[in-house]
Amino acid sequence: MAKSIDRQIVLPWSQVIRISFNALRARFFRSMITTSTLVLAVAFLSYTFAVYAVLEGVWPAAEPALQDKILSAGFTPQDGHFGSTAKDRWLVVLSLLVCAVGIVNAQLMAVTERFREIGTLKCLGALDSFVIKLFVLEAAYQGVLGGAAGSVLGVGTAVVTLWARFGAPIITHLPAIGLGALLVKSSALAVALSLIGVMYPAWVAARMQPAIALRSEP
Amino acid sequence: MSGNGAHNVVRLVDVTKVFRMGQEEVHALRGVTLEIKAGEYMSIMGPSGSGKSTLFNMIGALDKPTSGRVFIDEVDVAQLDAYELAWLRCRKIGYIFQTFNLIQVMTAIENVTLPMIFAGMGRDEYMDKGMELLRLVGLAERFQHKPAELSGGQQQRVAVARALANDPAIILADEPTGNLDLSTGEEIISLLKELSQERGVTIISATHDIKMINVSDRVVWIRDGRIDRIEDREKLQVSIGQVL
Repeated sequence: MAKSIDRQIVLPWSQVIRISFNALRARFFRSMITTSTLVLAVAFLSYTFAVYAVLEGVWPAAEPALQDKILSAGFTPQDGHFGSTAKDRWLVVLSLLVCAVGIVNAQLMAVTERFREIGTLKCLGALDSFVIKLFVLEAAYQGVLGGAAGSVLGVGTAVVTLWARFGAPIITHLPAIGLGALLVKSSALAVALSLIGVMYPAWVAARMQPAIALRSEP
Repeated sequence: MSGNGAHNVVRLVDVTKVFRMGQEEVHALRGVTLEIKAGEYMSIMGPSGSGKSTLFNMIGALDKPTSGRVFIDEVDVAQLDAYELAWLRCRKIGYIFQTFNLIQVMTAIENVTLPMIFAGMGRDEYMDKGMELLRLVGLAERFQHKPAELSGGQQQRVAVARALANDPAIILADEPTGNLDLSTGEEIISLLKELSQERGVTIISATHDIKMINVSDRVVWIRDGRIDRIEDREKLQVSIGQVL
């Protein structure tokens, strides 16, 4: 057969980006269901940490009356600082574990629904790696989207509920940089979770014989 | 290249296929030996469950035989690695399916151009050729439509255009008219016949559509995983004449 065949069957990253973005857009609501586990887990995580970040921002400048109000609401500073307790972290880790399992499950379903499409791609000459690339990039988009939505939801809820409880100083002393960093970090975590979740399903899909993939019901 | 001395584009030697269904073994193919010449229009006929589709998958390198050998252009498919198999499916063979198997989230033109993207063509080149192919099958105006917005016959024509994307030597069609009404089925059959005559493409079609017989150069009848008989065009017309 022809020489240097590896260079004759290609799927450039520019095409992977385009194809997987369009696939996601076309199946937006279906993929939102897959992504919702991610949104909720990240919202919980960012809410938990955002509450402490906001209190940490307002505490030094707070009037004694406000400080009393914060303490009587059940928030206790340790060594003069607000931060997550061991129990908070344990809950966050648990929620992320549940999320990881949920994401693998949701992605397995989503990939199974598309076996026929995968079989078709292979008939058209797709390598196993193309299938993996397409699924991984779709999962990355879902991670970015779900992470952004979840972290904005979590941080937003934290700020709004604290503001409703303790009033204007919460907004005037908002630790913008800290919250911004939290948004970025939790979104990155969502991308990582989404990628971990899609690895196994994508691997299963990519290794299927085209005849078997095509035989599956849509 | 074509003509009477045409080379074998596909050769099967004693191919068997066994599927394991739990404890049971199902013998889908029980030793099939077959030669298909370049440029031929061949139909594989047989009742459902006769092994037609399994044979189709073997010829198209979509599944591995349990024993025996499959040669495409005299290359043993079993010897090919993943890259070479993908190359073969991308450039040598065009597939057409009963259920069309277009990618639902892509437009007609995106479906047609995908094999050309895999083959490494540049954007201008694949868009030009994609439109030319859609024009050939009479769907140029509908290039932006998604499969759900096209009728069955139109979807199958997009699939034919896609199968032609990389100028394959072989077009494999698995029940291409199975999901189409009578007249649309005839349209697809005459489109395939035209392609075989004008482009010299080898057409191999698994079917139980009697209309296919009229255009076939040879018909292979499959029964219980074996070749029952092979009939040439001349003979076929005689026998159809007698039946009618």
